[in-house]
Amino acid sequence: MHGFIQYIQSYLDSDKTPGGAGNIFWATVYILLVFAGLSVAVIAMNWLERKILAHMQVRLGPMRVGPHGLLQPIADAIKLLLKEDIIPAEADALVFWVAPFIVVLAAFTVFVVVPFGPTHAITDMNIGILFMLGVSSLSVLGIVTAGWASNSHYPLIGALRSSAQMVSYEVAMGLAVVSVILMTSLSSEGGTLSMIGIVQAQQAQGEWFIFKFFPLGLVGFFIFAIAMVAETNRAPFDLPEAESELTAGFHTEYSGFRWSLFFLAEYSAMIAVSSIAVTLWLGGWLRPFPNALTGPTWDLVFSLFPGITFLFLAAICFYNTARMPKHPLFRVQTMGLAGFGVVLALIGLILFIHGVRVRVQDIYWFTAKVGAFMYLYIWYRGTFPRYRFDQLMKVGWKVLLPTGLVLLILTALVGMRTELWAELQGVWRP
Amino acid sequence: MNPPVATPFFFYLLAATMILGGILVITRKNAVHSAMALITTLLAQAGLYLMLYAPFVAGVQIILYAGGIMVLFLFVIMLISIERADKERQFNKQWLVGIVAAGGLGGLFIAVYTTTTKGKILFPEGLTTYGETQNTQAIAALLFDRSAGQYMFAFEIASLLLLVAIIGAVVMAKKRI
Amino acid sequence: MDAMLHISTLHYLVLGAALFLLGVIGVLTRRNVVIVLMSIELILNAVNLNLVAFSRYWQGIHGPKALHGQVFAIFVITDAAAEAAVGLGILIAFFRNKETVNMDEVNLLKW
Repeated sequence: MHGFIQYIQSYLDSDKTPGGAGNIFWATVYILLVFAGLSVAVIAMNWLERKILAHMQVRLGPMRVGPHGLLQPIADAIKLLLKEDIIPAEADALVFWVAPFIVVLAAFTVFVVVPFGPTHAITDMNIGILFMLGVSSLSVLGIVTAGWASNSHYPLIGALRSSAQMVSYEVAMGLAVVSVILMTSLSSEGGTLSMIGIVQAQQAQGEWFIFKFFPLGLVGFFIFAIAMVAETNRAPFDLPEAESELTAGFHTEYSGFRWSLFFLAEYSAMIAVSSIAVTLWLGGWLRPFPNALTGPTWDLVFSLFPGITFLFLAAICFYNTARMPKHPLFRVQTMGLAGFGVVLALIGLILFIHGVRVRVQDIYWFTAKVGAFMYLYIWYRGTFPRYRFDQLMKVGWKVLLPTGLVLLILTALVGMRTELWAELQGVWRP
Repeated sequence: MNPPVATPFFFYLLAATMILGGILVITRKNAVHSAMALITTLLAQAGLYLMLYAPFVAGVQIILYAGGIMVLFLFVIMLISIERADKERQFNKQWLVGIVAAGGLGGLFIAVYTTTTKGKILFPEGLTTYGETQNTQAIAALLFDRSAGQYMFAFEIASLLLLVAIIGAVVMAKKRI
Repeated sequence: MDAMLHISTLHYLVLGAALFLLGVIGVLTRRNVVIVLMSIELILNAVNLNLVAFSRYWQGIHGPKALHGQVFAIFVITDAAAEAAVGLGILIAFFRNKETVNMDEVNLLKW
């Protein structure tokens, strides 16, 4: 027993991730925390997407189920679990059953290397970014088998189109990622593929890679930002699963719990590729201006942000409670909203305690940046019209791929300019 | 340097998955089932590469083999799928000769792997446990380093091979040249 | 029992040999061309497993940067991708001529 407590405590003062320290207990705890966090994030995304889209379209969105529709995702989940599980008659039952699980597995396994902080990752593989790109490309297999197993032509065409789109945009993503890896090789420890190493390279070089070799980092970021929207089959690249085009594409024949698995996998994949973008270009867990505004006062100011965010959310809740109609039928909803506001305020106050503040900072900045990307996803859905499939493939192969190649060559040239100049001078002066 | 955990358990688990996947690949009637069994085998192989402290090869295996080549196979299977292929004979007329030949090859393997020289079997030692934190950098040094790299020529030839394969595949599969 | 529990290079070689045998049986006995191509992929994977296991053995003797087997394995994977692409292209051309995927029905040159 004492040895077990020793085993648990021996990790707490190490400076490596649980996978790096070989500690199975803490690795399992981190896995469960990431899993729970992802589930909460997917539920929150469901509600946020419907409310934000609605407000962009000058309507209110779900308002009935809880106060301001806050319990709507739970109602959706209960409905999906209670629906009848239909399998088409001539469909291949085994493959039909396995396909959603492949997509969910690929979407969730990616989070093993996502770094929420310098030691807050489940593990830090030497090939972190390669692993993330590879495992997220396994979801194409799940989509293709889902379309084929449904034994009907709409899902098959939707699956083939969707997988062709995902494979095309993976190439552009890979080129943008390689240009960032080139930038990491300029720091003193040498180049690295590990996610934590990439953020530490940004910290050592003193600038986020989106601003490095301006405008090369910015162009790389834009290529990745466009390719990641196409990779996750989201608007404006959602032709394969749009309701008006292909009657929901490859998940037409899936109902109830199986459809919710696809939906869960889609949101997890969105969060995963946003994490890649945040880690590679936006400095991961680093707070804004880590090298320009240093010193204990600036550290204190930036460490107050988590608490202030939650107090701001609590203030919005209380404001909306005051605006609720004063009808007796609304009493439960008003109390519910006030209770939710109180919970948020309590979390905000806990985040002001010094011990908690120091530990939560990295996770907060990472999550805030990923949250900004989620808002961008919803904004794109509400704003852009849908690409036709041939336009989609044209953008992927004829615009993003050449731009990515030129970007890679230019990044390499600019990064090696001092060595190249020394070489040229050596050649011209024999 | 942390020691590896439960190595025999994971080795036998992954090995059993690979053998079972291999048997399913060569015995299923439905080509899509074979393809899915092959995907399982490839992913188990990536796990074995990780156990052999080769993370870069494991990453390349997942991206290229499981995520690229198998998608290509599944596309082609779905494009040329005909229902009557499931109901025909699966094994050709010379299956017995094939099995005898494979049995001969298996006997050769058994003879090689059970030879003992001076009472010791081949490669009896355990595998050393160098960490894998510099694996990608070491492979890159072998491929690209100016002083220590030996495989630059092979790298260029491989890229030429891929170019030829792309052109060949496009020409083969086009309807009208 | 102790030999079974202590995983050495020989274990990986035997596993590679078993996979190679399964691939050879698949190539020699199946009629469906796609499954024959998949058996060829099994053979290439068995070879890769051997290469990486030997690279580990060599690394133990010659130091942590002697990863020649792994570089060779990467080249084999690249090769397999090229070969699968061309093989499937040939298969599509073949299917367009004669509506079948069985290998022994392509016997026009047989006397």
